[in-house]
Amino acid sequence: MFNVQRGTLDQNHYKMNKQEYTITVYTENQVGLLNRIAIIFSRRKINIDSLNTSPSEVESVHRFTIVINEVEEVVRKLCRQIEKQVEVLKAYYNTNDEIVWQELALYKVSTDEIAAKVKVERLLRQYGARAVVIRHDYTVFETTGQREETDALVRVLEPYGLIEFVRSARIAIIKSSVGFHEKLQQFEYREPSESTMENEFLNDNEKVFSM
Amino acid sequence: METVAIQQGQTETQKNQTTTLSGSEAVLQALLGEGVETIFGYPGGAIMPIYDALYDYTDRLNHILVRHEQGAIHAAQGYARTSGKTGVVFATSGPGATNLVTGLADAMIDSTPIVAITGQVFAHLLGTDAFQETDVINITTPVTKWNYQVTDATEIPSVLAKAFYIAGSGRPGPVVIDITKNAQLQKFPSPPYQKCTHIRSYRPSPIIRKEFVEQAAKLINEAQRPFVIFGQGVILGNAEKEFIKFIEKSGIPCAWTILGMSAIPTDHPLAVGMLGMHGNYGPNLLTNECDVLIAVGMRFDDRVTGRLDKYARQAKVIHLDIDPAEIDKNVKATVPVWGNCRETLPMLTALIEQKYYPQWLQKFKDCQLKEEEKVIKEELNPSGEILTMGEVINVLNELTDAEAVIVTDVGQHQMVACRYSHFKQTRSNITSGGLGTMGFALPAAIGAKFGAPHRTVVAVIGDGGFQMTLQELGTIMQFKTNVKIIILNNQFLGMVRQWQQLFHEKRYSFVDITSPDFVQVAKGFGISGQSIDQRSQLRDALKEMLDHPGSYLLEVMVGKENNVFPMVPQGRGVAEIVLSKEEV
Repeated sequence: MFNVQRGTLDQNHYKMNKQEYTITVYTENQVGLLNRIAIIFSRRKINIDSLNTSPSEVESVHRFTIVINEVEEVVRKLCRQIEKQVEVLKAYYNTNDEIVWQELALYKVSTDEIAAKVKVERLLRQYGARAVVIRHDYTVFETTGQREETDALVRVLEPYGLIEFVRSARIAIIKSSVGFHEKLQQFEYREPSESTMENEFLNDNEKVFSM
Repeated sequence: METVAIQQGQTETQKNQTTTLSGSEAVLQALLGEGVETIFGYPGGAIMPIYDALYDYTDRLNHILVRHEQGAIHAAQGYARTSGKTGVVFATSGPGATNLVTGLADAMIDSTPIVAITGQVFAHLLGTDAFQETDVINITTPVTKWNYQVTDATEIPSVLAKAFYIAGSGRPGPVVIDITKNAQLQKFPSPPYQKCTHIRSYRPSPIIRKEFVEQAAKLINEAQRPFVIFGQGVILGNAEKEFIKFIEKSGIPCAWTILGMSAIPTDHPLAVGMLGMHGNYGPNLLTNECDVLIAVGMRFDDRVTGRLDKYARQAKVIHLDIDPAEIDKNVKATVPVWGNCRETLPMLTALIEQKYYPQWLQKFKDCQLKEEEKVIKEELNPSGEILTMGEVINVLNELTDAEAVIVTDVGQHQMVACRYSHFKQTRSNITSGGLGTMGFALPAAIGAKFGAPHRTVVAVIGDGGFQMTLQELGTIMQFKTNVKIIILNNQFLGMVRQWQQLFHEKRYSFVDITSPDFVQVAKGFGISGQSIDQRSQLRDALKEMLDHPGSYLLEVMVGKENNVFPMVPQGRGVAEIVLSKEEV
């Protein structure tokens, strides 16, 4: 953990204000970068709740989506450390109400059970589950949604013999983002605007500045 | 690497001017292209092709064979610190590479530009637990600014160009390039070497925001008791002149961190001394009395701030730094001024009023008098018979006319040397600051001498630290490096002993260290020397050391249980600085 900040609140207040943050990182596609990003968290003994890497809206640019439970002060510092990495283009952090997010879950259940109990089928429909594979011995369903929804179906299926369950990392779209195309061009042509270069943090600082 | 710009600048004819090179030759061509003159290294199986190619480059590249890879990287650090250039290291795979790790961590935390090239097993053997295989990239990731494994020779020119660009630009740091043996051997058509000037995902220096410079100037102009604290950023940014202009116009007293030391002459009228745990009394105490604290190129290390919640709470803080991640990391900035201080300081200087704060400066002088009375007088002119570390440094200052490069190890002697050394030139105080690496000084002094061949280089080392890397006496012997070595021998691991005395009821647990006859050891390496324990011998002995045509080892027996004061005990605020053990 970081040290207590000047002029900020005490440790208790910090603990109380821990919440889920989604960190979105635009990067080059480079072997070893995942480790570089991961150790920024592990060095500070911060647990990563979920981590996803994928292509982004820009060809050749990768996008990490990382979910952690922390206070904002710490999340902001983590983002600065992430941005400091040579192959990182940009890091953003958002609270849950600033993003649209989904997770994918797969459930394997016995086909006999499903066939025998109509109630199960109705439940699956109710939870928006879709059959991916149906075999004589087992059936695999999938749902997409937020943590509570995918978890709820686990609890529903458990009594009927849930053979396997797996959930993917979170992926998220930032509601206010206009995408990365323009920013990337600025990076490439060495003409980053102020908002691209040093962005959010400085602008936030303006608000707290007092003479 | 981001090659868009480079490729755009290349014409068709240039592209056609390729020469067939081996990967190893491409490495050496890259070094020449970067203006490298000196390499510190040690050969081994997986880097043999590079050493084979080096055999034909000895007229253009000066390779210093060290005695241990840790010595190579500390030497490269010393070289980088005195010369301002990037230090270059060669090491083999496995143990060769792992022996670099301490130096990489040291260079990382002290922002020293290093390019370390390590050999690696053949690419087809990666991950098979081959002989001398270690996962160098993953071992070095946390202690490098950037690292990369080359498995194909065609990557070598662009990767090395990128390595030098990253190591030396922005906030400098160490870079490791791990090259598999097959890539070293592979022949390929190589275009002429071109330096890297841009990587799209890497911003060495943030955009300077004018409004923040203006806000900072306003704060400074309205301040009653402003105080400037500065670090190595001033030296790394080559901003010494800009810094002096800034303080001279603003009239603000300034104090240095251990790594900022020597950026301005020690006797500058506005210089009030050193910050930190064993820094000067005034700068620590008055940090908590200033109304505006202006931090230039420093990172608020815990050894500087003491307890954070008791650090400069009353002050508005202006933080000038090139690394955006440093702003608000430890101390919240009222006004952040991001950028290279070589650019930001002149902007600030232009906006501030010419001022002078005689009463405020007098407070520092009063503190200085108190410190002299309670600490310095006895340290520099002891009443007892036994020599002190401080008086050795004091006479050394006089004899070198404060023109020498002083390289220190870690511990009591380091604090004393940094407290009492006088400097006239920048890049003169070479020490392991952030990592506190014992064993740093001897190899770093060798590198420092290669980086500043016309200057006198004096390594000041404790009896403990010297025994950690004394094998580098062999390097001094072989390359006839003119390094003056002073061992301040208190027959203890002094700093730990001091803490055990002050905070562990004098339970001296494993700090009683036995030493060999250092003069005899040096003699074995063909290095002259002597050991003294009398005040009457001190001046002549130091003079003999400095006048000696080659390297020289002088052991000075000093007080066994002397302590370094003042001290900000761990866990206390800077204003709780104590001047003697009775106050602890």
